[in-house]
Amino acid sequence: MEAGGLVPAPARPIVVRPRRQSSASWPLIDRIGYWLCWATGIALCLIALAIVVFMFVKGIAYLRPALFVKSPAPSLQQSQSGGFLDPIVGTLIITAIGTVIAAPAGVALAVWISEYGRPVSLARAVESAIDVIAGVPSVVLAIFGLLVFSESFLGFLSQNAVNGSVYGRSFFAAGIVMAILALPLIVGSTREALAQVPDRVREASYALGKSRASTIRWVLLPSIRPQIASGIALGMGRIIGDTAIITILLGVTLTTEGVGSVPLIGTLRGTGSTLTSYVYNNSPAGEGNAPQKAYAAAFVLLMVVLALNALVTRLTGGRERGGRLSALRRALTSRRPQWTR
Amino acid sequence: MPRRSGRREDQRTERMLGALAIAVLVLIGAMIVTVFVNAWPSFSSNGLSWFGPGGNVDTQLRAMQESTPLPGHDISYFRAWPLIWGTLLTTVFAVVLALVVSILAAVFLTEFAPAPVRRTLEPVIRLLAGVPSVVYGLIGILALAPLINQHLISNGRKQSVAYVVQLNGADLTTATVILAVMITPIMVALIAGALESVPLPWREGSVALGVNRWRTIVRVSLRTARPAIVAATVLATARALGEAIMLAMVSGGRGFAANPLDGLTFLFEPVRPLAATIVQQSEGLTIAPLAHTIYAMAAVLLVSAALLSFAGWAAKQPLKQYGIRA
Repeated sequence: MEAGGLVPAPARPIVVRPRRQSSASWPLIDRIGYWLCWATGIALCLIALAIVVFMFVKGIAYLRPALFVKSPAPSLQQSQSGGFLDPIVGTLIITAIGTVIAAPAGVALAVWISEYGRPVSLARAVESAIDVIAGVPSVVLAIFGLLVFSESFLGFLSQNAVNGSVYGRSFFAAGIVMAILALPLIVGSTREALAQVPDRVREASYALGKSRASTIRWVLLPSIRPQIASGIALGMGRIIGDTAIITILLGVTLTTEGVGSVPLIGTLRGTGSTLTSYVYNNSPAGEGNAPQKAYAAAFVLLMVVLALNALVTRLTGGRERGGRLSALRRALTSRRPQWTR
Repeated sequence: MPRRSGRREDQRTERMLGALAIAVLVLIGAMIVTVFVNAWPSFSSNGLSWFGPGGNVDTQLRAMQESTPLPGHDISYFRAWPLIWGTLLTTVFAVVLALVVSILAAVFLTEFAPAPVRRTLEPVIRLLAGVPSVVYGLIGILALAPLINQHLISNGRKQSVAYVVQLNGADLTTATVILAVMITPIMVALIAGALESVPLPWREGSVALGVNRWRTIVRVSLRTARPAIVAATVLATARALGEAIMLAMVSGGRGFAANPLDGLTFLFEPVRPLAATIVQQSEGLTIAPLAHTIYAMAAVLLVSAALLSFAGWAAKQPLKQYGIRA
């Protein structure tokens, strides 16, 4: 059975457009509107083209293979300031921590909301809470996280200063807050997919004597695997692209600075940087001010994000109802905009 | 017995998942409470004039950072108006710009674009939505700002305000344009989705009455999709309010209240919104009065986000009777 075989691929809605009607007979104002639409569409394409071309030209001009294997070094000369090995590793670590936490939690929350959801008032409240997370600026999440992780009982997740206070900035801290950021995307995708599984699938499973829990585990979740994966990919994109949480919660040191002697845990408790914070710090707005490095890193970042985007398209592909923008739409609202007739 | 153990397993699963849901709820509650508790000292010592104008924001923030109170004022003296004004300006301008563009683009996408154009435009919109904000900021500060500085700001204009502020292209215009580019894809995606789901018979009815396609779109499709347009605007406004990194990079970095009385120069004056200020001042979160001020800014952002989502919900209520859920 192919993945997701239980959900019949819904046909894309057949949009019956009126036969092409010449706009020559329209009143002038209507024709202006028509041409404005064309102009906007083309303008959007041009803007995107300009961004991509600009980043390609600048990125390739300054990108050297050595940048990928050298650690950043403090120097005023752009030729001496090293590469972005540590930021790339940092991005990987943060994305891994965030995804490992957000993926199971997001799927579980979505399952609870759409399959159990009792009491109803609690389900509504949880839905609103997830909407709140989706709407809260990531800076606010970040400074809240800093406050939480500076609590002394969470000291084991970051480093303790000599005077006993907790630093509160570490890969753990940033990764966990990133998980909160990615949660709404995963919940949204999973809920949407669960809602599309026809009830007869559940009923068939119950009729075979399966409990609800095992129906969910062995029937529902396997059938919506691609949609869950696309939600996770969207969440990873959000994590990779976010800068505010990194600048506030990772302590943005140039290189990855471990704490203590335990190898992996020490790194995770320590500070570092990611591609986004590297770009930010090397831009004229940051302290490094090395635009060439910023361009090169931004190019790599853009490529990673575009690759993830392509992955989302592949995962959801043509078997998605609502056209190709629906993944983006779902990324924006966890509630499904729809018409109920 | 399998059935009984299944039921027990069921209950256990439901409880575990429910506990997770409650944990998320508690987390969000804790966040809101924490932010407000930490913001309170700043609000209480400044009163309502926290929101008002009065002096230079950057001097006030520096005073807190260096723990040397400004002469004649308390250490936590803070007047946030320039930052609030900056937030309002960038958000409103960007949302208005993006609203016009995205309605036109959504109409184009759903009604007029021939299939090949449509197939190009959809990935383009996804691409624009996917570009990280730090990349937008980089483009803004290294490409757009110098362009505006060289071609749009004359030397005379620079000199006319040189005694208060330096114009260098990192300004309201740059911030607004980039912000609009960032939120347009969000709005296009949501509005196009709504336009697509307008029941076909409604449009057919209009066309059958001899109304041309443009009028049909304006009078039937757009009118029916109004709740979705409101929802999209609300969502985009929330995004624009919360955008921090791009604006911290692009909008000039000075807590300056751009003055509309300066005529066209107004558009080229630097602004710095609340969220961007939080990022730039985040180093100071260990210093008590500064931290309270930063949490106060965060509280303002939280409240505005909450009000926005409530406004979006309220705007959609009257349309429920038509069976529209957006």
